[in-house]
Amino acid sequence: MVESIRHCEDMWREISNYIDGEVEPGLRSAMEEHFHSCKRCASVLVGTRNVVKLYGDERMLEVPAGFSRRLEKRLAQDVVGSARGWSSCSAWLVPVAAMVLIAGAVMLTNSLTFRNLIKSQHALPANNIPPDLVVVVSDGSRLFHVPGCEFIRDKASERKMTAKEAIHDGYVPCTRCLRQYLKTGLTHHGPQVAEVDDADGDEAKEEFLSTAGH
Amino acid sequence: MVLTDVVNNPERAGGGRERDLIASVQGGQSELFYELVRPYERRVYAAALAILRNEQDAEDAAQEAMLKAFANIRQFRAEARFSTWLIQITVNEALMRRRRERTVVMEGIDNRHGRGEEETEYAPRDFADWREIPSEALERKEVRQRLAEALATLDQKYRQVFMLRDMEHLNIQETAEALGISAASVKTRLLRARLMLRDLLAAGWEQGWFSRLPFEKGNKPW
Repeated sequence: MVESIRHCEDMWREISNYIDGEVEPGLRSAMEEHFHSCKRCASVLVGTRNVVKLYGDERMLEVPAGFSRRLEKRLAQDVVGSARGWSSCSAWLVPVAAMVLIAGAVMLTNSLTFRNLIKSQHALPANNIPPDLVVVVSDGSRLFHVPGCEFIRDKASERKMTAKEAIHDGYVPCTRCLRQYLKTGLTHHGPQVAEVDDADGDEAKEEFLSTAGH
Repeated sequence: MVLTDVVNNPERAGGGRERDLIASVQGGQSELFYELVRPYERRVYAAALAILRNEQDAEDAAQEAMLKAFANIRQFRAEARFSTWLIQITVNEALMRRRRERTVVMEGIDNRHGRGEEETEYAPRDFADWREIPSEALERKEVRQRLAEALATLDQKYRQVFMLRDMEHLNIQETAEALGISAASVKTRLLRARLMLRDLLAAGWEQGWFSRLPFEKGNKPW
């Protein structure tokens, strides 16, 4: 940092920092000494100070006529307006949200009911089957049947047992020959087609599993 | 507190009130936003004008900057000065508009030209007898007009720094951050802008800008 001023150029280089109070004390003293003796640099200093003072005056920041009014109007439109819009939006948002929740709950209930409708009857308990009823099971299937049922797979391997034993061993009733004992609710609702399709699907699944070696 | 403090630094004049307003707006009382920004509308406009140089564009940018400030008011943190935050948003908005208007090519040429100038030191040209100019001079519209015209002749990069630093009263670091340049560049450009304006106004004296001001014959205000 220049501590002794040799030339006016040294002054001009620092004059802006001097005005802003951003020169070190040693340099400041040297500059002040120079200002007292150099009329040119004193002229530059005061002229520059005038520039800073004049332009720094609030009166220099003129805005166009009507600027404030237009700004206020724009803010009223876009700021307050949007907030009011949000506010009115939130006012009807609550009941709408409630309705959506209710509708969602209804749909959930319906979907659960529907899930029951399409749920395989083989997964349902066979509560009404007499435990001592003689039934038939065979290899390659998890179903138990009444003797003579046309849907018994691999008749050569069929074995007889009671319904209680079959259920205990994890077999489930055939939806064709033991339909009367199933308590699925399906018959109450009556989608008979779905029932048949579902049963067919289960049979197809049984077919697939047996083919795949399961 | 003196009147000039109230005019030039509304934050000092009503810091507590301003903090309350900020908290209220952040809390959802949007209708108070205009009251919050009203003390700074001139400065916001001037910051936009410093970059765009066109009154209509500056007004549009100022309005847009205010809306962006509102949209982001929850991000404002109390450790910053609200005015600085507001002006930085304005500067960003104005710079973005200028880029959008494809003046960036011309600006690039200006900057290349100016970089060479910046490397050389600026020597004052006028060394007439000096005197401190009375601030009453600004009461005259003609004087304000002349000062504005002189400012408009400065190269963009000097005018931006000068306006943010000496008219918006940002400090060196804040000016640097707002414009995305170094503090050293701010100081260099500021020195040059001040000295150039001094010479421009000295020339204006020769043309009789201040002929009706109460100076002694033969003396200039600088």
